[in-house]
Amino acid sequence: MNPRAWVRPLVPPLLAVAVALLMGAAFIVAVGQDPRLVYGTMLAGVFGSAYGWGQVLFKATPLVFTGLAVAVGFRAGLFNIGAEGQAYISAFVMGWAGAALAPHVPGPLLLVLLLAVGMAAGAAYAAVPGLLKARFGAHEVINTIMLNFVATALVNYWGHSAFVRETVRTPGLPAAAMLPRLDALWPALRGSPVNASLLLAVLAGVAVGLLLWRTSFGYELRAAGLNPAAAEYGGVRVPGVWVRAMAISGALAGLVGANFVLGYKGYFESGFTAGVGFLGIAVALLGRTHPVGVAVAALFFGALSQGGLVINQLVPKELVEILQGIVILVAIVAHELVERWLRRRA
Amino acid sequence: MTSAVELRAITKAFGRRVANDRVSLAVEPGSIHALVGENGAGKTTLMRVLFGLYQADSGEILVGGEPARFRSPLDALRRGLGMVHQHFMLVPPLTVAENITLGREPRRGWGVDRARAEREVAEISGRHGLRVDPRARVENLSVGGQQRVEILKALYRGARVLILDEPTAVLTPQEVDELFAVLRSLVRHGGTVILITHKLREVMEVSDRVTVLRHGRVAGERRTAATGVEELAGLMVGRAVLLRVQKAAAAAGPAAPPALEARGLRVRDARGLEAVRGVSLTVRAGEILGVAGVEGNGQAELIEALAGLRPAAAGEILIGGRAVTRLSPRERFRAGLAHVPADRLARGLVGPYSLADNLILGSQRDAPYARRGWLSRPAIRSHAERTLAAYDVRPAAPGAAARTLSGGNQQKLVVARELSRGARVILAAHPTRGVDLGAIEFIHRRLVAERDAGRGVLLVSSDLGELLSLADRLLVLYEGRVVLETAPEATDERTLGLYMSGQGAGGSPPGAAGSATP
Amino acid sequence: MSAAAGEALGVAVLLGFLAQTLRISVPYALGAMGCAYSERGGVINIAIEGIFLNSALAYTLAAHFSGNAWLGVVAAVAAGVATAALHALVTVTFRADQITSGLGINILAVGLTRFVLKAVFHSSSNSSRVEGLPDWNLPGLSALPGLGPVLSTPLVLITIALVAAAWWVMFRTPFGLRLRSVGERPEAAATLGLSVTRLRYAGVLVSGALAGLGGAWLASDQHSFTDQMSAGRGYIALAAMIVGKWNPLGGALACLLFGAAETLQIRLQGSAVPNEFLQMLPYLVTMLVLAGAVGRARPPAADGVPYDPEEQ
Repeated sequence: MNPRAWVRPLVPPLLAVAVALLMGAAFIVAVGQDPRLVYGTMLAGVFGSAYGWGQVLFKATPLVFTGLAVAVGFRAGLFNIGAEGQAYISAFVMGWAGAALAPHVPGPLLLVLLLAVGMAAGAAYAAVPGLLKARFGAHEVINTIMLNFVATALVNYWGHSAFVRETVRTPGLPAAAMLPRLDALWPALRGSPVNASLLLAVLAGVAVGLLLWRTSFGYELRAAGLNPAAAEYGGVRVPGVWVRAMAISGALAGLVGANFVLGYKGYFESGFTAGVGFLGIAVALLGRTHPVGVAVAALFFGALSQGGLVINQLVPKELVEILQGIVILVAIVAHELVERWLRRRA
Repeated sequence: MTSAVELRAITKAFGRRVANDRVSLAVEPGSIHALVGENGAGKTTLMRVLFGLYQADSGEILVGGEPARFRSPLDALRRGLGMVHQHFMLVPPLTVAENITLGREPRRGWGVDRARAEREVAEISGRHGLRVDPRARVENLSVGGQQRVEILKALYRGARVLILDEPTAVLTPQEVDELFAVLRSLVRHGGTVILITHKLREVMEVSDRVTVLRHGRVAGERRTAATGVEELAGLMVGRAVLLRVQKAAAAAGPAAPPALEARGLRVRDARGLEAVRGVSLTVRAGEILGVAGVEGNGQAELIEALAGLRPAAAGEILIGGRAVTRLSPRERFRAGLAHVPADRLARGLVGPYSLADNLILGSQRDAPYARRGWLSRPAIRSHAERTLAAYDVRPAAPGAAARTLSGGNQQKLVVARELSRGARVILAAHPTRGVDLGAIEFIHRRLVAERDAGRGVLLVSSDLGELLSLADRLLVLYEGRVVLETAPEATDERTLGLYMSGQGAGGSPPGAAGSATP
Repeated sequence: MSAAAGEALGVAVLLGFLAQTLRISVPYALGAMGCAYSERGGVINIAIEGIFLNSALAYTLAAHFSGNAWLGVVAAVAAGVATAALHALVTVTFRADQITSGLGINILAVGLTRFVLKAVFHSSSNSSRVEGLPDWNLPGLSALPGLGPVLSTPLVLITIALVAAAWWVMFRTPFGLRLRSVGERPEAAATLGLSVTRLRYAGVLVSGALAGLGGAWLASDQHSFTDQMSAGRGYIALAAMIVGKWNPLGGALACLLFGAAETLQIRLQGSAVPNEFLQMLPYLVTMLVLAGAVGRARPPAADGVPYDPEEQ
């Protein structure tokens, strides 16, 4: 098989992970610990038990959503840095609407309704920078960053009336309106909050793949990202694609709430996203903006995050965040180097 | 006599592609030396090696008989070489004086002495007869003005050898005359000029010697006075060149139905200025209508408006008698339009997409390639296999990425797509630009075949030879208006050149049977 | 209250407002100026946020271990330059995507500063108290009513001087001219023998030094380092640069505007005007400017595009 077919997608991510682990070892040594012990404990704690696996899957689920969201944006030529804010505000809307509607709507119907509401809220919030770009040519990078902060401020403001007194969370939802935990099916996973939103994540991945490569809209979206002038010539209304792509991206980010609000706590809590939107960018990059890659990268970062908790006695868990940053930087450098190497062989 | 500049056995490769293969060139001082070749023959690469932008893999450079190693343009500039690039290397928001003095700014303390910079620029521009306003921003200058700034940049740094890369591509014939006068004046004052061009008529007009490159090697060198256009063209391609396409007379008479009509078309350009000012034209079924004109006179906007990529401010467009003025590009494709765009890489192809995917660009929502929004891969693939074979695209691999193809094959791919739409009228904008001669001949033959099959073709080109040999009727566009309508038999390049620079109307061109349309 | 006393009180409130605005605007102005230098050279720099964090921590560490606040400033600037050098390495030498590099550096900075905070100070939230910079009592300035204290703060004075210097260097010196040419049309500069790489590195490192000063300010003003203390200021500085149209003077003005909004928000806390809307003001203003509400905001033409000499 043609070497470029596997070099291009695999080498940059693998190189990034390898370098990050090496540099992480340096930090571990700097605090007086043995890297083999630390990494060994990490692996055992994460993959050695079903509980560990459950935690990994639970942490990976929202990363799949944000990773897909950013990936869809990238494919359309858009840089959606606002997945964080989109996830945040749509999760809040989920929690708020859920609390408001719970007395009036039966459980399972409410669940479906809230999923739709979350996706709609995310889509609408993400459509704003899309429209600004379509209408005014305003670059989405800055606008999405700004909107992240606006989302936090808005939620704080609405929280005055929506939050339970003296707390920073919305009222709890009835159990009937929540996504079932997976430990009901696999008792070994007991204790970990992994839930049915994992299946939603898988479905989302499949849906994105079909959308991008099997539909006319997907053809137009990818063309708009690769060469807007040629896409326009081919009859694609590129600004319209931008808006629709951002909306889809936002809808995917809007599903993050499903994992936390609908599948775990039953309410929205201020600050729960904790960077999942930004990490989604890393997931999309490492996963080469492809659904399969995104899934693998999400698992990797989920494992890393869980691993940090496991080794917290030995080494500050913030080591994991350092590794995340290094992975991003090395991944983009490796991508460039690989592209250049391939071009030279041509 | 010591050469002003000499290149000995220069070899330069990019990966596996050898751009220059042991090229040797000696330029006499006080002369104008032309370097000609087709696109991709290696002319620009050679000059970039000379100017220090690239490092040669092997070979020597001598300036005034002394060996020279140029690690960067700065080294070349210090040895008296100056380069005027084909795509101007100017910084648009900065002023003329700032652009010219960049890197050698006159100082006052820690800051730039702007008054002195402007003075020095004014002085040097007056000395050489290159008129510029030192305070003007480069982005506001005309193309000719920008070129003068480029030349002044080299002269300001004391260049004795001036290298010009395709300087006349965007000039009117009159501006070309002005440029040649400046070059001759430079040479009279002891300078030397190397002129890269593919326009053989200009070579004959202004140069003393000419070197021909073909596929990275020197194919021949001649004294200009001792050779001619046919010999040079033959050296450029290595065989007898078909300078005129064989074609039968057009099947279409005046009574043929119109395939495409434009009535009173007005179109604004990207800056909001009117680029097309009331153009009316008709392309009949079974004819090729050629549109000549210097780039920047509205041709691009005209084509974009006809294709639906730019709105018409006023006027109407009809395809096959049906009004399409308000229709989108996709709807115009459906109405019978095909469009070979001027820039295949920018507009015509999605580089990373496969050949098969590129072949359905514009039809991605239509049967049989898609049903209800879902793509039908088998239909797309079989269409690709058939089309790639029919249009001799190489390599004929439907799954390969379009960007891996050569320029000529990429253009054939675009032509293949457009000509297999079964369209009524084909817009072809510069369809053979940057394409090797074999592909040019192929594309010319296909266009004539379409015309013989009863389709209408609107051909916009800056290559007068191409227009004169392909078109049945010709229009000249100047400043957004049609200033001449004639037939190729009734005119010649010089006449067309006059109209292209706005000096034809009102005079009676020798031997013209057509009349000027005001 | 008499009319005169009321008027005096009004002036005092105004001066106090101005003083607080100046203080708050310092890190924004330094960040915006720095960002402008980087982007005028053609390199997008979102890493200002991370540079603030790294340099604030560096100040804290140096001041903690040496007891000398000025050494802290030096350490902060060094940390800023080092972080910026990483960004330059990734984006200019390796030509990787500039926005992602900035994001990666920001994520790295959060993790790194938290890691060191825990390792050295054994806390997840804050360091121990450190020295701030001693006042400079300049004659004339320090005696001014209302503004005296803020104009005795060294970093405030340095920042004001730097704004003027930054403008002059960018628009009146050969270096500034060459930097701008490299951000608009690097090919043109290259054919004249200028080194695009060196100029872009210079722009990015300058941005690191200036933002490093901003980090020093944050830590010295608060007398400690707290987790994620940059709190989005780097992004506001970026926004101010855009609103200021990539011009140090315009950026400084925009910073004053944003600083005033923040001061207003602090002072109006608990009043009828919702706190959160004032918090949102800088972000909304930036979005309006980008949408062209206040004239065109056009970045340097080659901004964000890696320069590849072989791709000509």
